[in-house]
Amino acid sequence: MIRFENVGLRYGMGPEILRDISFHIPPKSFQFLSGPSGAGKTTLLRLLFMSLKPTRGLITVFDKDRARIAQRDLPALRRRIGVVFQDFRLLDHMTTYENVALPLRVRGRDESTYRSDVIELLKWVGLGERMHVLPPVLSGGEKQRAAIARALIEQPQILLADEPTGNVDPPLARRLLRLFIELNRSGTAVVIATHDLGLMEQVDARRMILANGRLDIHD
Amino acid sequence: MTEPVAAQSAQARTEAAPRKMQPIVPAQTVSGNALVIVIAIMTFLSCLTLGAVTLVRDTASMWQSQISREATIQIKPADGLDMEAALATVQQIVADFPGVKDARIVDREATARLLSPWLGEDVNLDELPVPRLVIVTIDETSPPDFAAIRAALAKDVSDARLDDHRTWIDRLVSMARTTVAIGIATLGLILAATVLTVVFATRGAMAGNGQIIEVLHFVGAESSFIATEFRRHFLLTGAKGAAAGGLAAVVVFIVFGWWSSRNMATPEADQAAALFGNFAIGAAGYIGVALIVGLIAVLTAATSHITVVSYLHDIDMPGHGDV
Repeated sequence: MIRFENVGLRYGMGPEILRDISFHIPPKSFQFLSGPSGAGKTTLLRLLFMSLKPTRGLITVFDKDRARIAQRDLPALRRRIGVVFQDFRLLDHMTTYENVALPLRVRGRDESTYRSDVIELLKWVGLGERMHVLPPVLSGGEKQRAAIARALIEQPQILLADEPTGNVDPPLARRLLRLFIELNRSGTAVVIATHDLGLMEQVDARRMILANGRLDIHD
Repeated sequence: MTEPVAAQSAQARTEAAPRKMQPIVPAQTVSGNALVIVIAIMTFLSCLTLGAVTLVRDTASMWQSQISREATIQIKPADGLDMEAALATVQQIVADFPGVKDARIVDREATARLLSPWLGEDVNLDELPVPRLVIVTIDETSPPDFAAIRAALAKDVSDARLDDHRTWIDRLVSMARTTVAIGIATLGLILAATVLTVVFATRGAMAGNGQIIEVLHFVGAESSFIATEFRRHFLLTGAKGAAAGGLAAVVVFIVFGWWSSRNMATPEADQAAALFGNFAIGAAGYIGVALIVGLIAVLTAATSHITVVSYLHDIDMPGHGDV
């Protein structure tokens, strides 16, 4: 689904942050992306999400060469990839419901066509009672679940989550992990960037470890 | 038994009731309000300057036309000159020239009245070598050939001198042109300051919206959609501020006009009227105000558009964001 071959990235004239990265994310797979803080996990996620271009190497996204994808075709491809940001990136002036519905709204869809889907998804992530609340009122865990719901509303083929359990307590972290596993069982590929070893030990999944700009893969 | 039912129906109501969606760009922010105020103030100043320039321009052309509407022929007394006959001859010569509407002799009584402040009431003009005047009214649209008039006068009445007020007109014209040029330069500076202030204030207001642009971008919004949302929002913001500023300027024009007409008979107002005529901004002034208001609204929208496009461009460039 997404393939990296000898990918390298540097910012400006600085040193290479990522070197010779090669891996493949198959459909319906589940993997953790791990490594110490500052190892480049977020950068790698940004490359996966096509919000960065590599300085060398080949990235293939849904059988298309990243370097040859036109700027105007990016939004359509991005809709097939859901992203959960470390800092949630919810819009504070919109309710939970509006935040989750945002990906559909920006495509110009009428609210009546997606209202029930959004409400159903909000119930699935346990936010059925909090849908008309503004994000500043939500707890860390609720914000995280709202961000996950927003990433899932377009039923993406792959979900990228950046430290999804970084701001929540262990019981909630386990609940969120179960949510990701459930999602994976329904057919979505999942990549979770985390440095939480406890979380990774709970699932027998592929681990991609980033260190010193290189990637080791433990299947 | 009733409680769960009530709770259920309340929830059903919440879910079913379609709520008005919040706009994608938040309507009221502190920086947004500051932008409206900045735009209103700068528009007000621009419109006032424009009003002042149109007033000066109209006044200058009024001075010019009033003074160039007339010319005078002066006949100096000389030995053996029959003044009355010379005046009649001059009047006849001048009246025949095309471009001359009227030629009027300033008669003895009028001349005496002109001189009375210096010579007293009972002056006998026959005893004094007083020059006499013929006042020529000129068609402004096609003025006569002054050189030809001078030549004709020199031939028949050698003591007649034509004063077409050229020196005065030239001075007034150059003064009026300088005043208008200074006014236009001031207007240019004010407009430039307005443009820069609006651009920077809009960019300032946009800075707080970086996260919104990023989120929209990452949830798969087309660049054109994001740019349109912001353009629409800032066009409205700009129009609101500019309309308030323009309206305030129009109110100032109207109040001054009313004040000057109300105090018409007072010495201060007479002085002001002598300088500026009636303090009234013409149609050009009001059209100018409308143009400035439109220009500033469009400028605000264009700045937000350019900022969004460059922000989106930066997001996709390596080096943006953290590791």
